[in-house]
Amino acid sequence: MSELQHQTWSRLNDLEYAPAPESRDIVSIRPNYGLFIDGQFTDPGSHQGFQTINPATEAPLATVALGSAADVSRAVISARRAYDQVWSQMPGKERAKYLFRIARLIQERSRELAVVETLDNGKPIRESRDVDVPLAAAHFFYYAGWADKLEHAGFGAQPRPLGVAGQIIPWNFPLLMAAWKLAPALAAGNTCVLKPAETTPLSALILAEILQQAEIPPGVVNIVTGDGSTGAALVSHPGVDKIAFTGSTEIGRRIQRELAPSGTHVTLELGGKGANIIFEDAPLDQAIEGIIDGIFFNQGHVCCAGSRLLVQESIADEVQRRLVRRIEQLRVGDPMDKNTDVGAINSAEQLSRIHELVDAGVAEGASRYSTTCTLPDKGFWFAPTVFTEVSQTHRIAREEIFGPVLSVLTFRTPEEAVAKANNTTYGLACGVWSEKGSRTLWVAERLRAGVIWSNTYNKFDPTSPFGGVRESGFGREGGRHGLEAYLNV
Amino acid sequence: MSSDRLDVRKTYKLLINGAFPRSESGRTYEVIAANGAFLGNVARASRKDLREAVVAARAAQPKWQAATAYNRGQVLYRMAEMIESRRDEFAFHVAQSEQHNDRDAQLIVSAAIDRVVWYAGWTDKIAQVLGGTNPVAGPFFNFSIPTPTGVIGVIAPQESSLLGFVSCVAPPLAAGNAVVVVSSTTRPIPSLLLGEVTATADVPGGVLNILSGEVAELGPVLAQHEDVDGVDLTGAGDLAPTLAADASGSIKRVFRATTADHDWAVDPGTRRLRAFVETSTVWHTVGQ
Repeated sequence: MSELQHQTWSRLNDLEYAPAPESRDIVSIRPNYGLFIDGQFTDPGSHQGFQTINPATEAPLATVALGSAADVSRAVISARRAYDQVWSQMPGKERAKYLFRIARLIQERSRELAVVETLDNGKPIRESRDVDVPLAAAHFFYYAGWADKLEHAGFGAQPRPLGVAGQIIPWNFPLLMAAWKLAPALAAGNTCVLKPAETTPLSALILAEILQQAEIPPGVVNIVTGDGSTGAALVSHPGVDKIAFTGSTEIGRRIQRELAPSGTHVTLELGGKGANIIFEDAPLDQAIEGIIDGIFFNQGHVCCAGSRLLVQESIADEVQRRLVRRIEQLRVGDPMDKNTDVGAINSAEQLSRIHELVDAGVAEGASRYSTTCTLPDKGFWFAPTVFTEVSQTHRIAREEIFGPVLSVLTFRTPEEAVAKANNTTYGLACGVWSEKGSRTLWVAERLRAGVIWSNTYNKFDPTSPFGGVRESGFGREGGRHGLEAYLNV
Repeated sequence: MSSDRLDVRKTYKLLINGAFPRSESGRTYEVIAANGAFLGNVARASRKDLREAVVAARAAQPKWQAATAYNRGQVLYRMAEMIESRRDEFAFHVAQSEQHNDRDAQLIVSAAIDRVVWYAGWTDKIAQVLGGTNPVAGPFFNFSIPTPTGVIGVIAPQESSLLGFVSCVAPPLAAGNAVVVVSSTTRPIPSLLLGEVTATADVPGGVLNILSGEVAELGPVLAQHEDVDGVDLTGAGDLAPTLAADASGSIKRVFRATTADHDWAVDPGTRRLRAFVETSTVWHTVGQ
């Protein structure tokens, strides 16, 4: 190699992406937000407030109202009135047109919503722009179509709604989870009180503005921000006919217990410890990408994340080698940069939970590899991490980490893969990678999981039911099945 | 439409392959309102126009079928948006064509818009309602999916120039078919206006082709055409039995409207959606 060629070659190796930041200009976040009750925002000054921050910088974004039990009660009363007087009386085709409006308004304001989501949550703008927001719009569009077709959904001739639905959503996909909750509930004819997550309330408050633009009748949707106490007040409110909760198994268990005496309808979408099973005949290039996407998408803050990698022994070394090479390519950092792959951990609390489990992994004897990327000084960050030499009894193989941490285990036969994949109390999602369709289906029939992806991972669509078995919860969101959670059938 | 200025009147043309040609034959015919007023000289489509429309539909259909159901739903919904935004124009022409007062014409336009929205919502639900898995007794994963029939010829209803028209055209489109439609002979203008709407609703060229003309002239060509997969004879009147017999030549699917089907105000159900879908069943082995 000539000196010139050598210089060129080294320069090429040093090439870095230039920063490509998304502009914040499109959003105007108000300094203070009240609650959205009966079609109006309440006066922020009338509530105790709390700050929501940008987890990538720790800079405050806005002060949001902390909904009290009295606020929850007002919201439930408003929802009840709207249910009795307006929404349950309205023909389905009119409800449908409101939902179509919401879908269109989300599409129209998609860039703004994506930026707000990334600022408040810490997820890469590429994901909020390409996944969260378009899927939220699509969800409303899909369920809009059901609102006047309920008699075709397979639940009888004239399925009735439940009434007032209390809906509690997590911080990992704030807008998308709001859409997953609201769209089917409204299509089925229920009215809603939505409680966004404490650390990510902003996109739901933009959604409230969208609901105003759609001129949805007051009280049909109420959005009450707050913390755990706000959610608890919603769960225990006697005027609520149905609780839909997405979050941890621990809280889900408490909700189910609390609602047992009253018999309030409940659906739960809880944690997971998804197995991503790689057979030796898998399309390996795609499988490596699928493993990466399965665990590092949304910083691993995904209940269905493929956090346990099960690799057939014959290809384990090669997969591990290629994984390390691929992980080193991940760009970790500013979520607003369009080239960022892995953004910020959503909160200090979540970061400490990840640290605790990773430390346990090391202490229990697993071998840790974390990428050598440099992390920003401010904000909450965790380098993408892979554990090898993991045994099934390790905490990192059993407990949901909800972070960018992958545990690698191996297997020899399909039976062993199935046994290991099912060796968990969870049952939300699994991946199966093989070029042999019959084998994939054989495995899929035996996996105890609500969703099974074949030669792909973390795919979501409004038409496709999502939800868990066993301690990952019950009830489905999405598809025809998603209506059942909001119908009295 | 009295005004001090002289209005600029529109020449109504056909819609073939996304373009608005006059008939290749150069023929037109006079359209007269119910009250006797002159409404326009519309193109009188020829057999050749119809055959060209079938060629365009055939070429466009695979891409329309391959589009996601979500995308097809959005396109149909866009059509509804466009009709709504021109609702007064539609109402004016429906009133003139069908001799309604303004209020009734507005109600008809509202019903037509809602009908398009209803079918827009069906695109991604057809497979969920009509398809499914079949628990065969063996190590197989067996499932059936509805697929579009292909190119559908529609003889649009003669009386209901807009609501009846969209009620016949939207369901085969929703299911992923391409459509060649012969409008109401004496009341074609609302449908030709709808053709203009599709051009701004992202309906791909060739997916919907609209021809004004004589059913007696065009109907047999449509029913006998080897490259048409199904025909809806709702507007064929007395010719329906003959055209249905013609359709047997290439084993076309035939939709024959009952008297009840001509009540355009009632909930249409799924009958017209089911008319032009096929069931495709896949057997896949299951084993290690």
